[in-house]
Order: sequence, then structure tokens, then C-alpha cells
Amino acid sequence: MMTDFMRQPLDSAAASAPPWLRDYLSAGRRRWEAGSLPTRKTEQWKYTGLQALQPSYTTASDGAIELVDAGVELPAYGGFRIVFINGHFSAQYSDSRLPEGVSLVRFADADETQAARIRSHLGTAVGQDEPLFTALNDAALADGVFLDVAPRAVVEQPLHVVWVSGNQADAFSINQRLLLLCGESSKVSLIEHFTGARSEQQSFTNGVTELLLEAGATLCHYRLNLEEAAALHIGRVHARLGADSTLNSFYLGLGSVLKRVDVVVDHCGQGAHSELNGIYLPRGDEHVDYHTCIEHRVPHCTSSETFRGIIGDSATAVFNGRIHIHRDAQKTRAELSNRNLLTSVQAEVNTKPELEIYADDVQCAHGATVAQLDEMSLHYLRSRGVARAEAQVMLSFGFINEVIDTVRCETLREFLRDLLSLRFARDSALVGNVA
Amino acid sequence: MLKIENLHASVDGTDILKGLNLTVEAGEVHAIMGPNGSGKSTLGHVLAGRPGYTVTAGSVQFLGQNLLELETEERARLGLFLAFQYPVEIPGVSNMEFLKAAVDAQREQRGEKPIDAVTFMKSARETCKTVDLDPAFLKRGVNEGFSGGEKKRNELLQMLLLQPRLGILDETDSGLDIDALQVVARGVNSMRGPERAFVMVTHYQRLLDFIEPDYVHVLAGGRIVRSGDKSLALELEARGYAWLEDEVA
Repeated sequence: MMTDFMRQPLDSAAASAPPWLRDYLSAGRRRWEAGSLPTRKTEQWKYTGLQALQPSYTTASDGAIELVDAGVELPAYGGFRIVFINGHFSAQYSDSRLPEGVSLVRFADADETQAARIRSHLGTAVGQDEPLFTALNDAALADGVFLDVAPRAVVEQPLHVVWVSGNQADAFSINQRLLLLCGESSKVSLIEHFTGARSEQQSFTNGVTELLLEAGATLCHYRLNLEEAAALHIGRVHARLGADSTLNSFYLGLGSVLKRVDVVVDHCGQGAHSELNGIYLPRGDEHVDYHTCIEHRVPHCTSSETFRGIIGDSATAVFNGRIHIHRDAQKTRAELSNRNLLTSVQAEVNTKPELEIYADDVQCAHGATVAQLDEMSLHYLRSRGVARAEAQVMLSFGFINEVIDTVRCETLREFLRDLLSLRFARDSALVGNVA
Repeated sequence: MLKIENLHASVDGTDILKGLNLTVEAGEVHAIMGPNGSGKSTLGHVLAGRPGYTVTAGSVQFLGQNLLELETEERARLGLFLAFQYPVEIPGVSNMEFLKAAVDAQREQRGEKPIDAVTFMKSARETCKTVDLDPAFLKRGVNEGFSGGEKKRNELLQMLLLQPRLGILDETDSGLDIDALQVVARGVNSMRGPERAFVMVTHYQRLLDFIEPDYVHVLAGGRIVRSGDKSLALELEARGYAWLEDEVA
């Protein structure tokens, strides 16, 4: 069977999952085993192949590693931090005191009441279309994180969840699951940070995050995929927006052998607003694929989306931005912009806006561009003495710098600016070979 | 300092400069005037090495070097500065970062280390005052959303920070009100000295009331057809260019 390569991790998850989750796991497993892996003929996977998947994966080790030894630096954004290593909770690196108004339950630790609450929400955002890798995530769900933000709670400091992939002998898999419930009129920021030792270690992270915003809630959600090299990531974020709720989100994708992130933002209550921004930066022979889908089901919602990518060397990227305005969603305003910069003649991007509009009284703007560095901008910088290579770096960084500015969390914004300017200053691969 | 001989240049296959000769010595200020389409702006772009501008014949010596063999940035590092008629907007690149990179390039040329950021920011803010530009513009994207006058002041700011040997002002006066024009003139006049020269390309005599040139040249049909002192500019103001074009033809 095509899906056999995950047999060992799934057996292991089934054996260790808490009893109240077992029927959930088996249902997921049935869907997984009944399915077949997408191919290039599958529309949603037309430009992203799965050749990088290994013939078999094992469960990741228990994660008792020293991060310093593994060369992994944990981000310091301030606020509350919870760390998972190879998919396993690490008490050693996690903070123990939660901010007021937030409760955190690991699925593995849930008591009966908590389990019931998790079960009543789990899968409610992601459930509609059930893609195969979500079935796989359900089937491997031995543990997960439930963040429950109380109604009207205003949490100043960001919550950050760090997923680290370390090293071990075999190709291993990590199942990541996060469920966030933002109670009515609450305000909170969540940073999901994926990182790993930069190595040729084969790993496969399958991640699903569900964000549930009740009426009037405000969530800033940031998802940083910083794993590189052979770390393979297939992830999915589903957000359900209640009436008058606001989602402000940012995605960063550094490249790796394969990185695929699907984002669905579902405007379910009138007056909901979402902002979705992102940057992807594959280089070498890396591949990054963002598929976003903005659903407008009800009237008077707005959405705005900006993604920019810089693709270097012989790297490839895919961006697919779908906006779906349902028949009843009158007075919707939706904007989508995707711009790409190719810094090498071998670099490639496939970008596609996809609009499906069934309401007649809406405003919808979209645009997608692919370009090389602007010749006149380059000349202007050089006419002031700036060397060509440096001017190219300045322009590339400038191209994404504007998107960094949309990040509202100040500590994160500074972290990103440092991380990315360092990357551009030292990365000769990005600056060479501009046609 | 600058010696242009028999310069021919074309843009997109069209010949624009057709045998231009011009010699500029240190300490001098030259004004180049002429009708639209005579090649005034082309001269500035060719000297700065703009892509798409092809030199088909002639030579240009700058400070003893063959200018045409140098890359754009090498020309700038030698001390050539073109104030653009239409400065380029570069969103996302902060003006401060841009200015510091430019100053550091000059320092590198002299074998000096990059300037310390705090010192530089202080001096950039002070220079902003000189050109009457709000220091808040330092944090914006390069020229992004600047008005025409603000862009010209930003060009002047760059020139003051870089202290070039030769400043070429390409219609820096166009679109400026009288106050802004005086700011530009003050800036240029403050930089005049025995080691430095200016070439001002302009359409109007007005600028020359504020920056007094040593020589005035008329460019028509891709060549300099008449040279004189500042009285030539007054004559042009009174009579227009048509009589010169007729004479040449």
C-alpha cells in the first residue's frame, strides 16, 4: 500500500494515545489507508512532488536532547514558551507559569473534563475537506496542545510554541497538532516556531493547527518554518473566524527539501477580518509551496493577503492563493497580492491567484507578479558607489522588509529583521547570477 | 578633471550625442543649456554609466582615468556624482541604510573602515537640516512617496554626505519652487572650492541667478554649439534657442 511508509509511527501512536482519543485515531487511520498519495496529476499538487518522502519512517525518539549540543538556539521573544523536541514535550525547556486567562493542556495529560472539551472542538475547523495528510495527522495523534483562552482575557505577552526536530539514526516522523480556542472578545498572540539542527537528518513533520476565534476575539498568529536541509514539512493551518473577530497572521518559510503549507481562513461570522502575510525564501535546490484559501461565507467581512518570495539558485516555489466568496457573502472586501523575485536564471516559481466569486456586491482585488531585480533601482544604488553585489542584497532584503513591517509583535519583528538581514548579508548564493 | 572628446552615444539605436567636446577643470562651474531633446540628460546618464546608453565613439577622461571603462560604482567611488532628474523610488530599502552604504563605499575606496552607525545617523540628521528635509525621511524607503521637491533635496543630501569631486546636476531646478531652489543653491555654493567642479544641466536661466557659472554651453543636436560666460545664458533667456539652431543648421 502506498501509505505503508508510515506504518510504524501509526502503530506506535495507536498504542500510546490516551484512551479517549483512540476512536479519533482509528477513524483517521481508516481515511489515511483508504487514500492514495497525491501525484502531479492532482491539481493541488501539480507543482509539488513527494519524491522526497522516504521509504519508511519511525517514531521520533523521546527528544531528551541537549539543544545546545544540537546547535539549536531557542528564540527569545519574551512571553510564555512551550517546547517540543522531536514531537515530545520538553519540561526542561518550557516555562511553567502561564499568563492569566490562558490554560494549556497536553492531550496526553487531559483529565476527563478537559478531554471532553478538546473532543468537542478538535477537527471542527479542519474537518470540511479532509485532505490526506490531515487524516495522517489524526491517525498519529498521540499528543497535541490545547490552548484555551478565556473569554475577555487580554494576554499581553505572546505565547510561543517551539517545535524542534533533532537528530537520530533513522528517518523519523513528527506529528504536530495544536488547537487554540480564543474565547469571546479575548486578545492573544501565538507564535509557532519550527526549527531544527541544520543537518542531513531525514525527518518528516506533519503539522495541523486549528485556530478557533469566537465572537469579537483578536488573534495575532505567526508561523515560522525555519527548518532547513532535509527536514520535510507538510503543514496545515485552519482558522475559523466568528463574528467581528480579527486574525492578523504572518508566515515565514525558509526552504528545505520540501515544505508545503496550506492555510485556510474561514470567515464564518459577519464583520470578521483577516490579514494574512508571508515570506518564502528557498535557495539551493529547496522547494517551498504555500496554498492559501480565503473563504468568505457571510456578509461584511474583509480579508487582505500579501505574500512575497525570493527564489534563488535552482530553488522552486509555488504560491496558490484562492479566494472563495460564497453567494451570501455580500459586501465582502478581499485583496490578494503575491510578488516574486527570482535571483537566478534557474530559479522557478509557479504562482496562481484563484478567484471564485458567487456574490455580486463585492470588492475583490488580486495580483501576482514574477520579476527580477529592478535594473534602474540597481543602477541608482550603484551610482552612489554601492557595489553591484551589495546593491543586489539591499534590494532583495528591501523586497521583503516591507512585509516584515506588518508583524505587530515587536520582539518578533526585531527577531525577524535580525534573522533575515543576517541571512542576506552572508548569503552569496542569493546575490549572484542575476540575469 | 573631466575631458570629453568627440563623444557619440545612442539610446535604443538612436544617436543622441554626436561629437560632444567638453573640458572641465577643478574649481569650475559649468552650465549646460539647450532645447528639449538636445541630449542634455543623455550626457549625465552616459557619464554615470546608465544601462541602455551606448557610447559609439569618443573618449572621456576623469581624473586621469578612462571613465568609459569603469563600472558605475567605480565612477562614483572616484568622485563622480549625478544628481538625478528623476530619482528612483526604492520601497523597502531605508533611506538611512542607503546613505550609509554609499558613504561606506567612499570610505572603502579610501581604505577606511565603515563609519560607526551612531556617528553616521547624527551627521545624516544634521545634514537634513541643511537641505531643509525632515529627518523622518531618513527612515522611509528611498525616495518612496517623496514629493518632487523632497526627492531633489534628498539628492542634495546625498551629494553633501558624499562630497564628490565632480557634481553633475541634471535639471535639479525643474519643478522646484523658489525656496527649494535657494536651498539647492546654498548647498551647491557651500561645496564650491578649488578641488571640486560642477556641471549643471538646466533648461532655465533662473538657477544661474543663484549658482553663478564660470562657463555656459549650449547643447543642440548632440553637440556643444556655443560656449561663453554667464552673459550667454542671459542672451538665451532673451532670444530663445531657435536662432542658435538656425545658425548651426
